[in-house]
Amino acid sequence: MNATRVDEEFTSYVHVYEPHRAGLPKLGPYFRALWQRRQFAAELSRTGMRAANTNTTFGQLWLVINPLLLAIVYYILVAIISGGSRGNASETFVHLCAGLFFFYYFSGALQGGASSVVGGSSLLLNMPFPKLLLPLSAVRTAFFRFLPTLIVYVPIHLAFGHPLRWEMVLSLYFLVMLTLFAAGMAMVFGTLQVYFRDTASFLPYFVRIWLYLSPVLWYPELGIERLERAFGDVGWLMYLNPLFSMIGGWTDLIVRGVIPGPELWGAAAAWAIAAMVLGGWYFMSREREFVVRL
Amino acid sequence: MPAAKRRDLAVRAENVSLTYRTTFERVPTFKSAIVRFGRGERAVKEVHAVQDVSFEVEHGSTVGIIGANGAGKSTLMRMLAGILPPTKGRIEVHGRVSTLLSLGVGFNASLSGRENVVLGGLAGGLSRKQIQEKYEEIAAFAELGDFIDMPMRTYSSGMYQRLAFAVAVNMDPDILLIDEALSAGDAKFKQKAAAKMKDVVGTANTMFLVSHSAASIRDLCKEALWLHKGKMMMRGPSAEVNAAYNKFLEVGEDAFSLEDL
Repeated sequence: MNATRVDEEFTSYVHVYEPHRAGLPKLGPYFRALWQRRQFAAELSRTGMRAANTNTTFGQLWLVINPLLLAIVYYILVAIISGGSRGNASETFVHLCAGLFFFYYFSGALQGGASSVVGGSSLLLNMPFPKLLLPLSAVRTAFFRFLPTLIVYVPIHLAFGHPLRWEMVLSLYFLVMLTLFAAGMAMVFGTLQVYFRDTASFLPYFVRIWLYLSPVLWYPELGIERLERAFGDVGWLMYLNPLFSMIGGWTDLIVRGVIPGPELWGAAAAWAIAAMVLGGWYFMSREREFVVRL
Repeated sequence: MPAAKRRDLAVRAENVSLTYRTTFERVPTFKSAIVRFGRGERAVKEVHAVQDVSFEVEHGSTVGIIGANGAGKSTLMRMLAGILPPTKGRIEVHGRVSTLLSLGVGFNASLSGRENVVLGGLAGGLSRKQIQEKYEEIAAFAELGDFIDMPMRTYSSGMYQRLAFAVAVNMDPDILLIDEALSAGDAKFKQKAAAKMKDVVGTANTMFLVSHSAASIRDLCKEALWLHKGKMMMRGPSAEVNAAYNKFLEVGEDAFSLEDL
């Protein structure tokens, strides 16, 4: 089925297959082929999303129902935990929705990416193609599941009396950083899943713990404060959690209209770049071995 | 003359070997890895799937590949398609390759046949327009009727293979790799497929056919290549290779030597 390629540079008329040294494939042709087949990643994600809801009554509406139900569950949770003792329950809830939807985008990309390679095994066994398309397609799916949650968020934001501010536009920066970070992590976990099939079973717990360690249920500066009160001058430890800077910056801008400090911007970029580079390197240096491992 | 400029050459394999290491467990898990680690064992096992195979095939030839299960036939096909890089040696392929390996097209059973065809084509690097152009031919050849727009989990195994075959042969490949294509098709489709393969061969294309059916190798292939436990035992006119292979099956591995022929 892989005849008549558009990317003749990647696979010209004459193909030579030789043993690969451990390490990366030639990056130039690899990324050209990747770019030329971006349609595949898009179509894979589109058809996957369509197929996921074909047997349900509400179909595509689930993309909106899911975040709504999630918000309701956590509203109840917050209402019970705060017990009316703290005054600002409404802001807490709006903050929680913004952070939670943002976090679920990340976890969706992570979990989709983890199963992307093993899930695409029959395609891998039948066709040579840049396999990086698989985790990237999972990130695209997660992104298009995230967009409807923004539609759910806006009425919540307004209903709880928060204005729309110009600072919200800046939050796009953290969205981009989270997307890059999620893509890198999807590559790492997609590869891990090939070698250890238990990864997918551990992942939900890992993700849940990560959620509680991230500033979703609490504010970023409160986290640092509490850490410093308990252990002394170690607030910087928070930045070791990549999601701390990303979710922190996102909710500061979206919910409170506060422009976060430079350390949040910097940490987010550093983590995003590190994840992309390491994830890409790990995935690409392993991907030619995937076929014998499936 | 440098090999790259010889346009009549379709495939050249030089001392090609594929060795891979695999774990003992069918499904690798953390638990077994930890247990192994505790015992200081390493559970990797080397599999010599293909060992030191060399051959040249010119355009216009049809080569049958025979051998027992696990002889390395499918591995060799995957190497020719560029899916598995060899661990030793060198493979040179001149032309566009189309594969019909044992798993066929449908890689997501909840998608329709049409969606699977489009996805497969895109992964193979075809443009949407090119796939559109091919699609009608593919659908017509596969004769699936309304099933083409139904999820592939509703397909019978014969329908699966019909679609896979239709995709592979309608891509106008220079080199067609077919692995056990016709085992599940009905008699009518087998005839049609055989005719189409003859057609492919007739238009000076090159075909590699893996089959357990001696008859289809004899009918479709001039040459045959016999693999046994990863090694190439024999290559020659398909009737001769078939005869040798049959004799080998009769007398068993130990008693057999090629000199007996």
